[in-house]
Parts: sequence; structure tokens; C-alpha cells
Amino acid sequence: MISLCGFGGVLAWSRRMLVEERKWMTAAEFNDAYALCQFLPGPNVVNLSVVFGRRIRGPVGAFVALVGLIGPPFVIVTLIGLLYARYGEIAALQRMLAGITAAAVGLVFGTCAKMALPLFSDRLGVAPLVALATFAAIGVMRWPLYAALAVLVPLSIAIAWVRR
Amino acid sequence: MKDDTGTLVALAGYFALMSLFAIGGANSAVPEMQRVAVEVERWMTDRQFSDIFAMAQITPGPNVIIVTLIGYHVAGLIGALVATLAMCGPTCVFAFYVGHAWERFKDAPWRRAIQAGLLPISIGLIGASAFVVASVALHNLVAVAITLGTALLTYMTRLNPLWIFAAAAILGLSGLL
Repeated sequence: MISLCGFGGVLAWSRRMLVEERKWMTAAEFNDAYALCQFLPGPNVVNLSVVFGRRIRGPVGAFVALVGLIGPPFVIVTLIGLLYARYGEIAALQRMLAGITAAAVGLVFGTCAKMALPLFSDRLGVAPLVALATFAAIGVMRWPLYAALAVLVPLSIAIAWVRR
Repeated sequence: MKDDTGTLVALAGYFALMSLFAIGGANSAVPEMQRVAVEVERWMTDRQFSDIFAMAQITPGPNVIIVTLIGYHVAGLIGALVATLAMCGPTCVFAFYVGHAWERFKDAPWRRAIQAGLLPISIGLIGASAFVVASVALHNLVAVAITLGTALLTYMTRLNPLWIFAAAAILGLSGLL
């Protein structure tokens, strides 16, 4: 339970924790549980904590996992927000944040690549193409999220259904 | 900072709606957050948005806390609370009930199709998020090199990201960016 409370982390970190360090899940299981939480809309790691907590200890587990996940970061991040509002325009801080932003973007790219790996191990799938199309529509074309998903989600599920 | 009720209602509305479309998690909605916060509502500049993105990434905790920071920036502590609850509340209730039913249909073909169909979309969305922030925040080759280096290290090693962030902060401070 206590370790469950501590499993907070950005996607990359929670993956490290659950798969690479604690070995609570294999990479495939993580993707599976993670996909479950993608089907459930919303912040996936939050959903993951609710589903994971419930599986281990029922409603209490879900609640504890959720509070453990959200509570401490909420306090920390509010303090950061306060400091940023007060000192955010200082040149030295600006330069440090510029460096961290560049690294943060890289972290998300790297994690994304790790997650994409299983897509390619599938039998000659079209999944990588769907991922690319989504990336292009939202990232490059900047089409509105809702409109793009209204097309892509049914299409992708239909493809998966036909190829099952 | 604005703290009128209208702003809070807008925050709650945007994030409650966004949470329902965030396939793959809060990071998937980053392009939409950027559009709303910077382009539609003009709550912040591009630079402030990428600062917030960076601060959310280095804070230990789920990446949904980017929403907390946006809320705080827009309307202080109450804004932070409203934004966080709007993004988490509805889907947590959903996750609690649907997640259980989902387990019972573990081997149903329709479930496998939905799951297989959503996975590549979420991966594309997460890639798009990184790309959108990269396109507003990376202004020179050093920054691009840091991004590529971090991506490679994340992909190929199990190095704790905190070390990378510390190194990147020092590089930034040195004035190379």
C-alpha cells in the first residue's frame, strides 16, 4: 500500500517504477493496463492508479492510490507555481527553464519511442501508420483535437477489428 | 491574474471536456491545452506555456499536474484546485466503475479491437505533444541537441531523468541557449 502511494511519477517515471524497477508488470502488461486507461479517457496515470488500487484493495485502495498520487505533487506544484509567479521573469531562471524545457521535450519523445516499439513487433500491422497519422494531424497540422479524434478513433478501431 | 467566476467556469469547462478526449493521458491533451491557454483565451504566452510544461515534467507526480499549474497561473490557488478537479474527477469515477467491467471482458474481441485501435492513437498524440512544445520552445541548435540527447538517453538507457534535467538546467544557465 505504501509503495503504491509512492508510485507517482510522470508517465516515463511510472513506467520505470512499475516495469523496470519494481517489476510489477512486464512491458506488455504495462501497455495493456495502460491501454485500458487510454480507453478510459482522462489523465491515464490517474486512471491507472484508480484501476490498480482497486485491483489490490478495492475502493479503499483506489482512493489511497489516488490521493497518494495526486496529493503531494499538488502541494509541490502549487509552491512551484507560486515561485514562478514571483520570480519567473528572472533571467537566470529563464535560462535554466529553457534548458529543462528542451530536456522535458526529449523525455516525452524518448518515452513515446519506447512505447511505440511493441507496435512494430506486431505482425505487419498498420498501427505505426495510425500513430503517424495522429501525430501529423495534431502535432503538425494542428487540427482541433476533437475533430481529429472523431475521425481517427473509429477508423483505427475498425482497422483493428477487421485485422483481429 | 484574474479570479472572477467566469474564468473559473471556463477553466472547469475546458478541462472537464478535455479530460474526456485525452486518449493516452494528460500529455495527449497538451496541444489542445496550448491552443486554449495561449491562442484562444490568451491566458499566457508561448514561453510561459513551455515553462509550465517543463515545470510539470520535472515535478515528481503524474503529468496531469500541468493542469494544476495552468489553473494556478490563471486564477491562483482556487484556479489550481478547480482545474485539477475538473481534469481528474469525472474520469476517476468512470475509471472506478468501467475499469472493473473492462477486466471481465478481457478476452472479448471487441475489447481487444478497441484497445488495439486506441494504442497507436495515444502514441501519436504523445509524440504530437512533444512536437508542439518543441516547435514553440526550441530556438537554437543547442536546445535541439539537448532534446535529441535526452530522447536518446531515455530510449536507450535507464538513467534517472533528474540527472538529465539537472545537466540541461546547467547548460541553460551557462547561456548557451
